[in-house]
Amino acid sequence: MVNLRINGIDVQASEDSTILEVANNMGIDIPTFCYSKVLTNFSGCRICVVEIKGSPRLMAACSTPVQEGMDILTESEKVVKVRKDLLELIWANHPSDCLTCEKVGTCKLQEYCYRYGVSMSPYKKNKEDYELDTSNPVMIRNQNKCILCGKCVKVCKEVQGTTAIDFIGRGIESKIATGFDLDLNKENCRFCGQCISECPTGAILNRQLMGVRPWEVKKVTTTCPFCGTGCNFDLNVKDGKVIGVTPHEDSIVNGKAMCVKGRFHIDMINSDERLKYPLIKEADGKFRRASWQEAINLIASKLSEIKEKYGGDAIAGLSSARCVNEDNFVFQKMMRVAMGTNNVDHCART
Amino acid sequence: MTNSINEIQHNDVLFIIGSNTTEAHPIIGNKMKQAARKGATLIVIDPRKTEIADFATHWLPLKSGTDAALINGLMHIIIKEDLHDKKFIEERCADFEEVAEVVEKYTPEYTSEITEIPVETLYEVARIYATTDKAGIFYTLGITEHTTGTANVMNLANLAMLTGHLGKECSGVNPLRGQNNVQGACDMAALPNYFPGYQQAYDPTVVEEYEKRWGVKLNTNPGLRIPEMLDSAADDAGIKAMIVMGEDPVLTDPDANHVKKALNNLDFLVTQNIIMSETSKYADVVLPATCYAEKDGTFTNTERRVQRVRKAVDPPGEARLDWEILCDIAKAMGAPGFDYESAEDIFNEIRECMPTYRGITYERIDKDGLQWPCPTLDHPGTKFLHEGKFPIGRGLMIPVEYEEPAELCCDEYPILLTTGRMLYHYNVMTRESDALDGLRPHELAEISPEDAKKYGLDEDSFIRVTSRRGSIVTRIKITDRLKEGLMFMTFHYKESPVNDLTNSEFDPITKTAEYKISAVNIEKVESEEEALKAMDESYLHVEIAE
Repeated sequence: MVNLRINGIDVQASEDSTILEVANNMGIDIPTFCYSKVLTNFSGCRICVVEIKGSPRLMAACSTPVQEGMDILTESEKVVKVRKDLLELIWANHPSDCLTCEKVGTCKLQEYCYRYGVSMSPYKKNKEDYELDTSNPVMIRNQNKCILCGKCVKVCKEVQGTTAIDFIGRGIESKIATGFDLDLNKENCRFCGQCISECPTGAILNRQLMGVRPWEVKKVTTTCPFCGTGCNFDLNVKDGKVIGVTPHEDSIVNGKAMCVKGRFHIDMINSDERLKYPLIKEADGKFRRASWQEAINLIASKLSEIKEKYGGDAIAGLSSARCVNEDNFVFQKMMRVAMGTNNVDHCART
Repeated sequence: MTNSINEIQHNDVLFIIGSNTTEAHPIIGNKMKQAARKGATLIVIDPRKTEIADFATHWLPLKSGTDAALINGLMHIIIKEDLHDKKFIEERCADFEEVAEVVEKYTPEYTSEITEIPVETLYEVARIYATTDKAGIFYTLGITEHTTGTANVMNLANLAMLTGHLGKECSGVNPLRGQNNVQGACDMAALPNYFPGYQQAYDPTVVEEYEKRWGVKLNTNPGLRIPEMLDSAADDAGIKAMIVMGEDPVLTDPDANHVKKALNNLDFLVTQNIIMSETSKYADVVLPATCYAEKDGTFTNTERRVQRVRKAVDPPGEARLDWEILCDIAKAMGAPGFDYESAEDIFNEIRECMPTYRGITYERIDKDGLQWPCPTLDHPGTKFLHEGKFPIGRGLMIPVEYEEPAELCCDEYPILLTTGRMLYHYNVMTRESDALDGLRPHELAEISPEDAKKYGLDEDSFIRVTSRRGSIVTRIKITDRLKEGLMFMTFHYKESPVNDLTNSEFDPITKTAEYKISAVNIEKVESEEEALKAMDESYLHVEIAE
């Protein structure tokens, strides 16, 4: 353990922690663009710089390990000046369309410009305009809003293991691109959207969450209905409708990661093909709408008749590996108690 | 899984057999790739060069269906080189000698002849697995969807026991379960031969306990498994009515024509579903149910973790909760004990029935799920199984002989068709998502460049694929991830329903079909119009009167 001081408060911390981690634990918010606790350090954006008394240079809080006796200021005049300069440089090349931007309210650039009072840049834009990549049905990439924090590159490589994208070009021509600078496609990308969760600005967007302000949604944490991994995520609900999925921070199985199905399946819930009423098949083979009472009565009388005539073992039931435990428990109990048979199975074997 | 998902990143060896992990379990696949990045040795055994094979130090493209021979060959080398864990075998296992006797004849040369894996590779893999402490086996349906599925699983257990790779962190036998709640559905006893928590359904003391609990006289006749139900219905052998909840056997069960015959032959079929599934089209009554976003409850994942499912929105129209519908049917038939107030109410009865779930409550899993066994309210759950001893005492080593698949290729059916899932779809429901279906709107049967050339096919071609049981039309994708003579299709598309082709020869113990091996022939369909027409005619079109 080492003893240090941050913003005048004495604290003890283990020597393998960084200034940022110790400050975060103390509830001190140091701005970051390129830092993520699930990624290796990049230390490229420099917005997290802090002043260490006695040190001639400002240091990046995200990658500087704590040392015995450090006396750190996270919002000193010098620090704030540098952060403002950085924000002005970024802002010079950023579209000023915050009023209509999808990321408003969750954009880190907007948040820090607000915090440090940056409303315009003294610098002139010198970056070319990029075309949007809208070629796929699930996400949109807008390079004009990219601040080159590199988190999308890192999450694609380190969490997803796909390495679909990387930096290309130097200086003002730097940008994030796929191999041969193609649009995202199924050959170069898995459409998992981990990059959407990491992007601090509006450079990568989930199409399903566009047109909705973040404060309009209610989030409900649940478990994914597809494979057996059991990822958790948050359903985003607006006006009684699930409109999209966002990660549930610190989910025990999957952290913030999701796959293409977990992230983008929600239009299945709202499909026009959903059944809304009980249906009974007529003699001509066509289905007609029925009331619940009619349907349940028909089922109970038909099954009772068959049970009476042939015994319970003439009835068989398939339960479902897609339904909750509670449904499955009641299903097998219904087969055993109401139908009087052990003829109950589900697709574990098929 | 005997281990937990988040142990994967810390493994030194991942022995991955019959598992297209990055597509079927993408988040587990990611963790395997992360392990590879950190320097873990990945041994990937699969006839196809899957994405996870790209990360492997050893990719073993074995001949389809020769898994038992391969594992026997590895055990042969391990015993010959004296790399087996004698202490573990002595203290915890039984019948080692029987296994040693059977694997004696699986010399590296003999094994190589059967599996088409070079002798040197067999030596390398056997040595790496046997001598690495943190070595785990991971398998999926490539192991079980064979007529020798049970034997394959037992043989993987033999390999783990032989080397002492069980009952430890990062070391065990890990089936990656296919469906979100297939573990839970088994735990709940949606199975003919068990009562909840794997209590024997035909054991008189268990039956007596449940008769007391549920207040009725229970039937003690052995129940039927899915293929037996369908056979019985098709052959007029007893089954007259079926209730199918949240499943679509017409698309997902093998030999679909046989399934359709069985359903057509029923006196009465009820389905409970969220859409008009292919199976529902054969029903007399179709009930509208709720999807996971519209209900409260729990799912149990592949690492035995019981997690919450929470209602976020109301269901459409008059759709209702599955358990509510089932209770109404049971009550209308005069059955007692179906007066539940909520999902939590049912969960509390589950806890009473099952010691392994007894310590789990909705309150305890509000944030993070708990892994069973969790017998008491202060039990932390169980991260990995079989520490110190096996539940049955000694781990039984049961020798397994290699047997050929049920169907072999021949002049008439020269191509081996294997089936599975693909990244952008999950079984049949994701077809209802425009986003996901937009990424992969139709089947692309994968075939090798050699076969494409042989049959005069290019990327835009349609083909007709025919087996002894059926015939379908599909688009194709040419890829060198497959060897000549091997073909891959998914079961997601009703327009190209691959289970019209698959073989319903079953594993004798589990009744799991050999989805992974069917012999087929292919021919090019020259006219796109003809192809699209055939694809449209491959499923039933039904009318719903307003």
